[in-house]
Amino acid sequence: MFEASLTEVAAALTARRVSSVELTQACLDRIATAQGQLNAFITVDPERSLAQARAADARIARGEAGPLTGIPVAHKDIFCAKGWLTTCASKMLADFVAPYDSHVVERFDRAGAVLLGKTNMDEFAMGSSSENSHYGPVRNPWHTGFVPGGSSGGSAAAVAARLAPCATGTDTGGSIRQPAALCGVSGIKPTYGLVSRYGMIAFASSLDQGGPLARTAADLALLLNAMVGFDPRDSTSLERPKEDYARELERPLAGLRIGLPREYFGPGMDNDVRRAVEDAIAAFGKLGATAVEVALPNTGLSVPAYYVIAPAEASSNLSRYDGVRYGYRAPEYADLLDMYCKTRAQGFGPEVKRRILVGTYVLSHGYYDAYYLQAQRVRRLIAQDFVEAFKRCDVVLGPTSPTVAFRVGEKASDPVKMYLSDIYTTAANLAGLPAMSIPCGFGAGGLPVGLHLAGNYFAEARLLNVAHQYQRATDWHTRKPPAFA
Amino acid sequence: MSLSLDDVRRIAHLARIEVSDAELRAVQQQLNGILGLVEQLQAAETAGIAPMAHAQNVTLRLRDDEVTEPDQREPFQSTAPAVEAGLYLVPKVIE
Repeated sequence: MFEASLTEVAAALTARRVSSVELTQACLDRIATAQGQLNAFITVDPERSLAQARAADARIARGEAGPLTGIPVAHKDIFCAKGWLTTCASKMLADFVAPYDSHVVERFDRAGAVLLGKTNMDEFAMGSSSENSHYGPVRNPWHTGFVPGGSSGGSAAAVAARLAPCATGTDTGGSIRQPAALCGVSGIKPTYGLVSRYGMIAFASSLDQGGPLARTAADLALLLNAMVGFDPRDSTSLERPKEDYARELERPLAGLRIGLPREYFGPGMDNDVRRAVEDAIAAFGKLGATAVEVALPNTGLSVPAYYVIAPAEASSNLSRYDGVRYGYRAPEYADLLDMYCKTRAQGFGPEVKRRILVGTYVLSHGYYDAYYLQAQRVRRLIAQDFVEAFKRCDVVLGPTSPTVAFRVGEKASDPVKMYLSDIYTTAANLAGLPAMSIPCGFGAGGLPVGLHLAGNYFAEARLLNVAHQYQRATDWHTRKPPAFA
Repeated sequence: MSLSLDDVRRIAHLARIEVSDAELRAVQQQLNGILGLVEQLQAAETAGIAPMAHAQNVTLRLRDDEVTEPDQREPFQSTAPAVEAGLYLVPKVIE
């Protein structure tokens, strides 16, 4: 069952060849065994998960099962789930039991999926390595001395190590795609506005977007079908006709135009990553696709623009953690102001504090125009680059990350070095475009390489089609980390 | 432009985050590193480009002026650090 697609698992559940209780228990057993090595989960609650599994089995027996009924899903610990500890990997929320469900959790519940546990991550989703967690770093299943990427590192590691068939993540600057790449799994960030942010703990609201991680593009399509939907409680949720994201999976790729941005293939990308990406381009050629060169001239400005806009929004969003209404409060303080300052100094980790400080500075009097407005102007230039590129191609292809996974601790002391690993991913968030990562080979140390595919607004079905056809022709997505085979 | 220690103190105060004297220099150095990275934006030619605040050109929805939220005071206050008689407790602000 650990190698089967979600469609096959669903078929096995419906045919009663396996029960959701058996499936859930098997995942819980694997999570317990791997936890010491990977630290992929913050919370598991076997009784609660198994109760959901029993309810799913009853629903299946009544003949009322949907495509995800009985399937275990691991949720990133950024999604509020009623009655579950929801920490966002922060000391600030270490005791926060969510009093309500996020829209995403609600939708999976309604589909009859089983909540398998809450996955570890970078605190408040700020990071590219899942080292910035109050609960300790997540480890890469391919080599536990290396990071899994971030911020959805626990979700990616759980899927890669076959602890869960699928998981949720959030992506503000690459936090689904980069860990998917570094762990050798598939992940998609949908068009901004498709997945409701209600109950998804806010980092940078104009960029944050939820999405699924799984082993294959076909599985992602099923998960997206469950996650996407209008929600009046999110002011930026888009009201659109319902789509079946699996509808184009089998479409042949003949005639597909693949855009290769010349800026992506210059210096900055490691040679092992380059080789794997070039092999993938050749594979697409065999499938009938044509490569066209495109230009994204403002690529180099996407990381600088992102690291103004995201911290600015974060500094505003995270002002809610004041030690009054929920979360941590410092045990000792002189007065109200001192309580705020000590609560936030003790409750937030170093990276979160850095970003709040940067955001506070770029929004402060006298610097707002030079930093924040300028970053927003550059954001438009970046978005316009893609408008031009999509006149000439259907998808934009490149690497997800300039390197394979790096060692735990390697970039921890140098924030700027860490930020530069987001070079290929942040542009999709700034522009609001859908983008995904799928495994496309292995680089140095036998660590996975991710292929990045970005599409035009609402082109998720086409992106998944392109990824699925690639996965029919290659077997990178079937490779397992030897220690967790 | 790089931040002085006084700048860092001022920003920390605005952000309501206590930064101890022992941490100050390290924080200054890291913030200046990050600002050095974002400094590249200054070279971009953006005359006549409208700032982009959001990925989708949508205006905020309006809804009917009706009560839609149920009373959830109790569950919401159950996660607060200090509550008494339905009120959040904070240190005294008026002497």
